Amino acid sequence: MAPITTLHYLVVAAALFVLGVIGVLTRRNVVIVLMSIELILNAVNLNLVAFSRMWGNLHGQVFAIFIIVDAAAEAAAGLGILIAFFRNKETINVDEIDLLKW
Amino acid sequence: MNPAINTAVGGGMAPVATTFFFYLLGGLAIAGGLAVITRRNAVHSALSLIVTLLSVAGLYLMLYAPFVAGVQIIVYAGGIMVLFLFVIMLVNVETSSKERQFNRIWPIGLVAACTLLALFMSAFTKGKALFPDRMVTLAEGSNTQQIANMLYGEAGRMGPYTFAFEIASLLLLVAILGAVIMTKKKI
Repeated sequence: MAPITTLHYLVVAAALFVLGVIGVLTRRNVVIVLMSIELILNAVNLNLVAFSRMWGNLHGQVFAIFIIVDAAAEAAAGLGILIAFFRNKETINVDEIDLLKW
Repeated sequence: MNPAINTAVGGGMAPVATTFFFYLLGGLAIAGGLAVITRRNAVHSALSLIVTLLSVAGLYLMLYAPFVAGVQIIVYAGGIMVLFLFVIMLVNVETSSKERQFNRIWPIGLVAACTLLALFMSAFTKGKALFPDRMVTLAEGSNTQQIANMLYGEAGRMGPYTFAFEIASLLLLVAILGAVIMTKKKI
C-alpha cells in the first residue's frame, strides 16, 4: 500500500473543515453550530500538526496548543451567550436571532 | 511503508500498520463529523463529536505529537464536551429536535461548502510538489519537554512563545469573566 504522506492528513483535515462549514451554514440549532466550529478548529489543528511533522520542528504543535486554548475560551463565551439568549427568547434557533436585523 | 520512516526511527518503537490505522482513524473522524451535522438530537451530535475528537487525537499520536494528543483528550473530550453536554441539558432540546433542522438557504450553503472542497482538492492536486514526501520522525520521549522549552523558555531565557503564552492566559481570564457575567441573571 502507498505510504501515508502529509497530503493524506491534509485531505482528512479538508474533509473535516468542509463538514464544519456545512454545519455552520445550514444548521439552525446554535449548539450544533458551535460544535461545527469545533470541527473546523480541529481540522486546522490536524493541518498544523501534520506540517509540524513534515518540517521536523515543533512550532506547529505549539500553535495547535494555542488553538485548543482559543477553542476553550470560545466555547465558554459562546455557550454563555447561548444561555443568556435562551433565557430571553426561549429558543436556540439561529434564524430567530434577528434583533439587530433592520 | 516509507523506508525513510523506518530507518529514522532508530531507538524508538517502529510504527505498526500505519496505513491501516490512518484510514481507520481518518474514516472514524469523518464519519463522526458527518454525524455531528446531520443528527436531529443535539446529544447525539455531541457524542459523535467526541468520536471525532478521539480519532483526531489518535492521528496526532501517529504524527509524533503525544502531548497535543493528551491535551486534545483532556481539554476537548474532557472539558469542552462536558460543557457542551451541560448546556444541551440546560436549554430545551425536546422542542428544538421536533423543529425544522436546516435553515431555508441550506442549498446555497451546501453548494458553497462543496465549492470550497473542490478548491481544496484542486489546490492539493496542483500543488502536490509543495508538500514534500518526507515524514520526519520527531523525538517522542522529549516531546513534552521541547514544547515546554518553547512555551516557558529555557536556561533563564524567554522562549519564542512565552509572551504569546501569557497573552493566552489573559484570554482565558477574559473568557471566564465573560461566561460568568453573561450567564448571571442580575449583574
